[in-house]
Amino acid sequence: MSDPQGMSIVVRVVTRWLFGLILIFGLAVALFGHVTPGGGFAGGTIVACAFVLAILAFGGSRGPGAAFARWASSLDATGALSFLVLAILGYTAGSFLHQWAARGELFTLGSTPSIVLLNLAILLKVGAGLFAGFIAVAVFEGAAGSEKGADA
Amino acid sequence: MVDIIPLFVLIPLGAAFVCLLAKKKLPAAAPTVSLASALALLAMAVACHVEGASGASIAGAWSLELHGGVAFIPGIALVLDGLSAIFLLLVALVSSVVIVFGLRYMDSYDGRPLYYALLNLLIAGMNGAVLAGDLFNLYVFIEIASIASYALVAFGTGGHEIEAAFKYLMLGAVASASILIGVGILYASTGLLNMADIGAMVAAGNVSEGALLAAAALFLGGLGLKAAMMPFHAWLPDAHPSAPAPISAMLSGLLIKTLGIYALVRILYVVIGMDGPLGGSLQTILLVLGCVSMLGGVLLGLGQTDFKRLLAYHSISQMGFVLVALGANTWLGVAAGLFHAVNHALFKGALFLSAGSIERITGTRDLSKMGGLAKVAPMTAVGTAGAALSIAGVPPFNGFWSKLLILIALFQAGLPVVAAAAAITAVLTLVCFTKVQRKALFGKLPDRLATAKDVPLSMSMPVLLLALLCLLGGLMWPLGLDDVIGDAAAAVRTDAETNDAPASYRKLVHDLGRKP
Amino acid sequence: MMMYALAAVLLGVGLYGLLVKRHLLKKVLGLLIVEHAVNLFLIQLGYIDGGIAPIRTAGEEAAAFVGNAVDPLPQVLVLTSIVIGLGLAMLMVALTLRIYQRYGSLDADRMSELKG
Repeated sequence: MSDPQGMSIVVRVVTRWLFGLILIFGLAVALFGHVTPGGGFAGGTIVACAFVLAILAFGGSRGPGAAFARWASSLDATGALSFLVLAILGYTAGSFLHQWAARGELFTLGSTPSIVLLNLAILLKVGAGLFAGFIAVAVFEGAAGSEKGADA
Repeated sequence: MVDIIPLFVLIPLGAAFVCLLAKKKLPAAAPTVSLASALALLAMAVACHVEGASGASIAGAWSLELHGGVAFIPGIALVLDGLSAIFLLLVALVSSVVIVFGLRYMDSYDGRPLYYALLNLLIAGMNGAVLAGDLFNLYVFIEIASIASYALVAFGTGGHEIEAAFKYLMLGAVASASILIGVGILYASTGLLNMADIGAMVAAGNVSEGALLAAAALFLGGLGLKAAMMPFHAWLPDAHPSAPAPISAMLSGLLIKTLGIYALVRILYVVIGMDGPLGGSLQTILLVLGCVSMLGGVLLGLGQTDFKRLLAYHSISQMGFVLVALGANTWLGVAAGLFHAVNHALFKGALFLSAGSIERITGTRDLSKMGGLAKVAPMTAVGTAGAALSIAGVPPFNGFWSKLLILIALFQAGLPVVAAAAAITAVLTLVCFTKVQRKALFGKLPDRLATAKDVPLSMSMPVLLLALLCLLGGLMWPLGLDDVIGDAAAAVRTDAETNDAPASYRKLVHDLGRKP
Repeated sequence: MMMYALAAVLLGVGLYGLLVKRHLLKKVLGLLIVEHAVNLFLIQLGYIDGGIAPIRTAGEEAAAFVGNAVDPLPQVLVLTSIVIGLGLAMLMVALTLRIYQRYGSLDADRMSELKG
């Protein structure tokens, strides 16, 4: 872990500008994952990187990274559970993981709402999970069992 | 019935994440949720068997429909046939017992919600592996179960545990890489991942022998390491004893079978084909590796004084029995091998759990410092004795019948030398466990243990239950159990000259994968 | 063919690091290289010369798309395998940290279990 004060003023100011942009980029990559390259995993990685950047710039005790660190583990489990719930909703349309929401026009955001929602659940799971893993390794504490399920 | 198949993976996976979510606020929820999920799985597995026995469809395939109406439906096929069903039942049974045992045993560990989360993940991975209908998902589920098991071996966080986990992780990851390359080679030469379809192409002779040989070698190496066959066994005697007792029971009782034996049987018999051009050499390899594991495991086990380490060596040896039985390549051989795998899960589960109880009672795992436990801890002693008699192959316990069947199968297949090796191993096992019983359960009670007390009922009853099942397993063989195991074996090997089991597996996948 | 050879060389490098080096972090790095060698091998299985990314955009002919696109399945496999590798890498690093905490060293020769 770096100095608790974080890094120099230049880095902190630039991070303040970039942080939101990176978040939005990650969200966009996940939201349009079904029609463009990307998806929940790629988006989640980008979001996690935004928070890692915040931790590096502001130190472990301040800024959005520190706030997210407290919730990362719970959000990780929430993301996984919401994926499961969305997948089970597929039973209403016939079988597990079936597309239960009405499909829209091809090549638009609304073409498959159920896959968009699944991508968002993965975004939450991967973003929080990766960040929790980073925290666990970086601050040298936390239990050894950092588990990962595959999200494919 | 077909619709519930995904639930075998979903329920433990959901339970794992609920345990994680409730980690801080409600840590007491984790054991309840885990037990409920394990019992639900047990009920579902029993229901599958009852349905199968009554003639309804025990088998089904389920498929994710991407674009309805396309002739070939892509998706994650989960296939339930007789072989999968028996392993599902076994996983559900042993994991329920293990969770009950852990309720009190895990009191002395920190971070229990994490333990339950990882345990559920392990169960989800094993259930997924026995249900997976295509090679890649088989690999993914094997990895999920393996990663959970690496973390669980390190759960005690002592130096010994973490070193064992590191070694296990390194070797396990190389094995996984080898399996993945094998999957890649089969995909490159067939363009398919579905095990039934690849099996059909291989049977039709459309796959080059070189590719098949490379894939078979990689799978044997990778899965052999997961099953702790003798040249690849180095991790097991460190990893299995290091985990907490319930986890040792899961790893030795279930993990090496679902990841190792089940996957080997499925791939060798259904995908690569034991009747194909490679059949003869595969059979030889299985027999040789099996003999080496059998004899090597038991000989290394003879000198051990650490109870759990001794049990770990015997796991290798008993896996050898299963391998030679599979190598016989007849219906009886497969049936005897599966019966022995089931029996091993029961008695080795009981023995590892009782090793935990004994460690709790005496404070040591060193056999030479124990003695006379039958006087101070009668419940534990009875359970341990039952399980030890079973692994030693004393009639009428189940271990005797499955070893006898393996010997008969080997003689029928014209392999008297292998049968002799199996018989020698059985005798050495008997010697070893007689020694264990004399040292631990009977004989003189050391003075410092005079005031020792038996473990609580929630720890002794699971051991007794498993020991009782060992006894019943032996008695039930002629009364219906042979049908269940026989069905499981017939799912991969029918005893005819031309084996039509792979064909019926393919029919299963194709009929049920295409919903009207 | 060049790239398959590269994957094989990478596999060899990784295995060498894993088996020969005595420093635990080097073992970890060796394992990561092995994993990526396997990924490199897998991703090439679906490659066709001059192929396009298997993502269909609006207005593209279905037949032309199917003809030109590389096989998407190996890409899915590799993505999943990368995710698994990530989980494995985290666990490995966590274990290595624990070992360092306990022994103050990452030399495998100083540990009781890791010889050989």
